[in-house]
Amino acid sequence: MARTKLVVDPITRIEGHLRIEVQAEDGRIADAWASSTQFRGIELIMQGRDPRDAWAFTQRICGVCTVVHAIASLRAVEDALDIRIPANANTIRNIVLGMQFIQDHVIHFYHLHALDWVDVVSALSADPAATSNIARSISPWPNNSATYFAEVQDRIRRFVESGQLGIFSNGYWGHPAYKLPPEVNLLGVAHYLEALDWQRDVIRVHTIFGGKNPHPNFLVGGMASAINIDSTATINAERLTDIHDMIKRARRFVEEVYWPDLVAIAGFYKEWASIGGGVDNFMACGEFPEDDIRNIDSYYLPQGIILGKNIGEVLPYDQQLVKEYVTHSWYEYEAGDQVGLHPFEGETKARYSGPPTPWEYLQGEDKYTWMKAPRYNEMPMQVGPLARMLVAYGSGHEGARELVGEVLGRLGVGPEALFSTLGRTAARGIETVLLARRMEKWYDDLVTRIKGGDTATFNGERWDPSTWPASAQGYGYQDAPRGNLGHWIRIDDGKISHYQCVVPSTWNCSPRDAAGQMGPYEASLTDNHPLVDPERPLEILRTIHSFDPCMACGVHVLDVNGTPVTEVKLP
Amino acid sequence: MLAPTSHPWTSDQTLAEHLEDRGVSRREFLDLCGKLTAMLGLASVVTPRMARALEQMRRPSVVWIQLQECTGCVESVIRTSEPSIGDLVLDTISLDFNHTLMAAAGHAAEAALHSAMEANAGQYILVVTGSVPLKDDGIYTTIAGRTAKEVLEEAASGAAAVIAVGACAHWGNIQASNPNPTGAVGVSDIIRDKPVVNIAGCPPISDVVTATVVHFLTFGRMPALDIDGRPMFAYGKRIHDQCQRRAHFDAGQFVDGFDDEGARKGWCLYRMGCKGPASFSPCPIFQWNVRTSWPIGAGHPCLGCTERRFWDTMTPFYERLPQVAGFGVERRVDVFGGALAIGVTAGVAAHAAATGIHRARQRKQLPVMQKPPQDAEVNRGQD
Repeated sequence: MARTKLVVDPITRIEGHLRIEVQAEDGRIADAWASSTQFRGIELIMQGRDPRDAWAFTQRICGVCTVVHAIASLRAVEDALDIRIPANANTIRNIVLGMQFIQDHVIHFYHLHALDWVDVVSALSADPAATSNIARSISPWPNNSATYFAEVQDRIRRFVESGQLGIFSNGYWGHPAYKLPPEVNLLGVAHYLEALDWQRDVIRVHTIFGGKNPHPNFLVGGMASAINIDSTATINAERLTDIHDMIKRARRFVEEVYWPDLVAIAGFYKEWASIGGGVDNFMACGEFPEDDIRNIDSYYLPQGIILGKNIGEVLPYDQQLVKEYVTHSWYEYEAGDQVGLHPFEGETKARYSGPPTPWEYLQGEDKYTWMKAPRYNEMPMQVGPLARMLVAYGSGHEGARELVGEVLGRLGVGPEALFSTLGRTAARGIETVLLARRMEKWYDDLVTRIKGGDTATFNGERWDPSTWPASAQGYGYQDAPRGNLGHWIRIDDGKISHYQCVVPSTWNCSPRDAAGQMGPYEASLTDNHPLVDPERPLEILRTIHSFDPCMACGVHVLDVNGTPVTEVKLP
Repeated sequence: MLAPTSHPWTSDQTLAEHLEDRGVSRREFLDLCGKLTAMLGLASVVTPRMARALEQMRRPSVVWIQLQECTGCVESVIRTSEPSIGDLVLDTISLDFNHTLMAAAGHAAEAALHSAMEANAGQYILVVTGSVPLKDDGIYTTIAGRTAKEVLEEAASGAAAVIAVGACAHWGNIQASNPNPTGAVGVSDIIRDKPVVNIAGCPPISDVVTATVVHFLTFGRMPALDIDGRPMFAYGKRIHDQCQRRAHFDAGQFVDGFDDEGARKGWCLYRMGCKGPASFSPCPIFQWNVRTSWPIGAGHPCLGCTERRFWDTMTPFYERLPQVAGFGVERRVDVFGGALAIGVTAGVAAHAAATGIHRARQRKQLPVMQKPPQDAEVNRGQD
């Protein structure tokens, strides 16, 4: 049977601009190409700048992962200049980053991913009393009365009948791949709306420590928000109480709404536990240091590599094994298209070689994306919550083992189910529960130290550039919500001379490499993957969204031989 | 805007009927209009007029396109902080296209965009986030196989009004900073045949976006703008002139190092590189995230993100504006701040006129300088 060429562009409900092309055959996907269609060149812009400003520049790589690049950048500079931050600053960064994970994962589930599984229109035919019974049976969350669900349903009905469907226009409502009963659809819609209010509240942790969200402020050497329990203008008891309440509300929503919804919805889509597995290598650099970042054993989520789905063996992670290829990307290397380069040696020269716009198809083109192809020891790797939870599980992390066991048991599936589209979505939920609980410990640590008289938030020993070596280089890493993130910096004469990021969505949205190996999106779309109706490619959205794509993060460039940015004169 | 957060507003209802359904009394509605009036900096005499306009409206179509950007502005608006405004204003529009939130993808998404533009031709509000890369035929951002420039020009052609939200849409932002590898420009560099309102900031405060839309719907025109296209109700005053830490500046009480005694007492961050004296923004007044705090309130100097080319003109971020110690600092900062902003705002005199500083200067008959003094290191970065 002939293959059908299909383009899905724009992929919506993601960050940034992503184009997916596939070839469909007999109701399945036979081949796939992932193309990132935006390029900004931020790393090139950073050359010649003050390294203390780097966090602000890299933060603007992405407004969804807003604190992620800032913290990775701080760690790179602090590694290069051998700066040790105070314990309070480390804990505050964990609280800020932890809330970023929790909020980002919940927004992803309800506002970016849920509409792939929840049919809004079907919710209109639900019996609100039955929805109420389901809600009570899975959670103590108080918004669970039949009256409440009837009101939500009435709201949706009037909205639909208005004829102005807004963001719900042209959804794939009624698609045969939607399996939830109307009552569960109504539950999902109700919590979609509640989560909108919740996320706005809990993220204010960032505002207290960083002044705003998105894009809160950070500081090389610590945090700028001073602690003084006797001042109105600093972190004091009133601010700490506000933070503690947000942590409690975040945990309650995660445990009583997100987690029960996730498990309940997953129960209707068990076939997706054997779909979309794709690349079977997983990489986690680990996150949430509870001591200095250099003490890898102190990370709450451990570091490691899993190859060939072998959870029984967690291998050590070594950043020196990372290389990037441009064989199928719109760049060129001096040594040709077949070589891979480590980020410290990375060179990038953008060279678009695709067809003129408007495009019809990119499939068939040698080069088809602005993403490079990162490889670890020549292998493509999946990164993100699933990689972290597998590494944690394999490392004997008690919390991860308990929750993985719980979800597998309740779904009645074996561990192989984790290697799938559903597995990625479930792992995100498991991670959110773990972090929502751990936030309490970090908060307690902070309060305990303040109580003991330690209020330091900043180490200024290396603030002045005159204390820096003439040349230094550093590696800052972070396991961000979407996965392993690396920043590599070189500093010469007090200025940035080289900056390179290898980002989670670069790993996951990678094109093919010199050896022809597909990246994770592509491999997942061609792994036992259905596509019932090419006109309404709902299944593609499910698998792509299970990775939580972030395109602005994934595309970057640094030209090591580039033009110096500017001569900056200091007063 | 984001979702039908309450009883949706149907097409056969006026706003008054809709609010009644939602249990909002006439008195509550007028109270809300009063708050909006205050936020927009209008005299209370216009409150009844605003109420009438809002009551008679039907849900207007809003098309939101996202070009070369990081999605931070969408995230900001999602966290819109004034509950009554969020409930009323955002819920009262029909958000017919928004890449981050819409259910449809691919052809179905494109179809939704085109049907909204056709059905509301000449009527819809176009919101744009992101810049437009022009270099190399615009290949650095494409959507559905077309360049950002083409997408913008088509979407703007039938718009009643264009609102450029965030520094990227305003002037190009970080990707337009030296050496601007992709040739990024702002919306107003492309759209010349209709007015473009610039909501400045990286990202902007969501309330400013909200209030601008309300202004348009209420009065049938955009708010008064400075010469950079920014609404005066939000960007009419300098941060320095509205700052809670201003008294410490005037008293000569400065933070000299992060986490020092001054930092722990909440003193002025000018010496740590604060760009508040050169930045026009409502941050100190509106604040961020349900008025929780703002950058200076959290102990970090202002980066100046509401000003054009701030990545080049305001960096290094931790270097102070022209270095002047001790007596006379206020005058120099004031002159420098105004001069830095000249050319991208309504000018020194117009802005400073509302400030106490300017009145003080008039009393002392100090000169208003039109360009920075030669000894100041103004020429940071290259334009």
